[in-house]
Amino acid sequence: MALKLSRTLFALLTVLFLVAPLLAILPLAFTSSVILTYPVPSWSLRWFEELFTADAWRRAIVNSLIVGTGTTVLATVLGTAASLGLRNRGLPLGGAVRTLFLLPMVVPAVVLGVGMQVFLVRAGLASSYAGVIIAHTVVAIPFVVVSVSSALAGIDTRVELAAESLGASPATVFRRVTLPLAMPGVLSGAVLAFATSLDEVVLTLFVAGPNQRTLARQMFSTIRENISPAIAAAAFLFIVTTIVVGLLVALYRLWRARRVKG
Amino acid sequence: MRLSRAGRSAALIAPLFLFLVLFFVWPLVTMMSQSVTDSAVLRLLPRSVETIGAWDRQSPPSAAMEEALVADLREIDDEQALGDMVRRLNSAQSGFRTLMTKTMRAIRAGPLPPEGLAGVDQRWQRPEFWLAIAGALSPYTDRNLLAALDLGRDTDGSIVQLGADQSVNRVIMLRTFAISGLVTLACVAIGFPYALVMASTSGWRRDLLLAAVLLPLWTSLLVRTAAWFILLQEQGLINDLLRALGLTEEPVRLIFNRTGVIVAMTHVLLPFMVLPIYSTLITIPGNLMPAAASLGAHPLRAFVRVLLPLSLRGVASGCLLVFISAIGYYITPALIGGPGDQMISSIIAFYALGSANWGMAGALGVVLLVATLLLYSVYARLSAEKAPG
Repeated sequence: MALKLSRTLFALLTVLFLVAPLLAILPLAFTSSVILTYPVPSWSLRWFEELFTADAWRRAIVNSLIVGTGTTVLATVLGTAASLGLRNRGLPLGGAVRTLFLLPMVVPAVVLGVGMQVFLVRAGLASSYAGVIIAHTVVAIPFVVVSVSSALAGIDTRVELAAESLGASPATVFRRVTLPLAMPGVLSGAVLAFATSLDEVVLTLFVAGPNQRTLARQMFSTIRENISPAIAAAAFLFIVTTIVVGLLVALYRLWRARRVKG
Repeated sequence: MRLSRAGRSAALIAPLFLFLVLFFVWPLVTMMSQSVTDSAVLRLLPRSVETIGAWDRQSPPSAAMEEALVADLREIDDEQALGDMVRRLNSAQSGFRTLMTKTMRAIRAGPLPPEGLAGVDQRWQRPEFWLAIAGALSPYTDRNLLAALDLGRDTDGSIVQLGADQSVNRVIMLRTFAISGLVTLACVAIGFPYALVMASTSGWRRDLLLAAVLLPLWTSLLVRTAAWFILLQEQGLINDLLRALGLTEEPVRLIFNRTGVIVAMTHVLLPFMVLPIYSTLITIPGNLMPAAASLGAHPLRAFVRVLLPLSLRGVASGCLLVFISAIGYYITPALIGGPGDQMISSIIAFYALGSANWGMAGALGVVLLVATLLLYSVYARLSAEKAPG
């Protein structure tokens, strides 16, 4: 009995440790004060207003959307194509190629940042949107490859063979059978790619110029130089978006599962 | 024309493969080559390259060598490059700085005395100064890599330990490993029991425990670091709580020190410990522990002899994953830590962003990259063994 109680207590304390820090800062987004402390003197939306009207923040949000969209498109297209190719198990060096595709997740961001910066300066792409999108795509690729590959692994190949035996061309099989079945993986890969780009700070520090300052980069320097409740407002948006996207993905899975059954 | 199956697969893989070779592998190679090349001297002394290259490195310097060197020095107008060159020559042969200053002044003042360079300074007759130039003319150098490990070369060219005043990198590497080790320990101490509880429950309780791990995992790293920044500050919630509980009168300093870094990093990396252990635990048949109990084993003994050995692989995977991520961390120590808590990534960023010293940034980057890849290969082997079984 005592064991069971202490187990429950331990689990609850750990849940508190994991989740409480994220929840504790949410109310601070609505403070009217300039300092980030409790108790909150009175409630206001001034920091959200600051986020969407102050020049630095607005430009950072726009830049994040530009870079995030570019990264998502590039990483999803390249990653999905490569994952389809990697389905062929007989490919020589397939394992080594897959490892290469996953390595950007392992290499420390600062190390990649140093190489990227020198490389992009030489390639004439330093401080350009193209350079930032390329850097973000490199680190987003593993998420797309993992996500699409696991979706593809779940496809029953007999379905494709059946379509082929009924006279469908490879292109038709891909468009009408393989892609729709792999779609959840492709979509979650795209979401992860966008999230990776949105949250990427270290590479951005190395490769972006002042005109490509992203939201994450702006948050980093705000925390470092003069922290203001605008951070809590930005964090609020991040956390709420995370929860909404998580719920949407769960709903989409549920909807598909229903449709497949029905 | 219809492509074969293998041809089609290769065509699908090729774009990403080329993309990563160009924008991932090449930048890393560039960084490595950056750490072992130094062509500053080579660029400044184009004529001397030929004459000194033909020199036998023992006989006294020839007139042709002197002539080429004087001609090269006369044309240098980039003061910064000159400074870099003098620094490199001086580290190869002490006394070169004063010799160079004197020589440059004489050359820029007009024609040299009839005895040539020897007329400016007697030291130009000694081969060791010319040897230093010959060494510096090579575009390759191990200076940065050695310096990254607090090593250097003395005047005979043998590798020696740098003095205590220059030995900063090893301290930082030890600190990086110490912080990462502590964070790994904290993660295992919390994560292993947590995964055990998670695997032993079911239904909504398990979902709740899993969601508590996944929510922080999916939340932006920056947001989590900002959250800890706000919680740990002197007027933050944690200090409020400590005061409300009467544990302290004065605010406790929790931020810009080691405590804050360890707490925040443990929070950020805990999911990477829980998930691999949990995925190992749920593959263990649930009837093993009751079986051990029915054979008379005390619960503790059953745990140590049955459950622990079976879950060790997950624990090892989790530890490696956390440790690998921790040694490369930059953002959390940069924002939560003080000057004494900066890890190897911060030093690399300092060299690259702060002082544009690509050689040193590259050399330290190589050290970090090698350590990470070695640990990752152990991790990959560990998880590959798990797959078939």
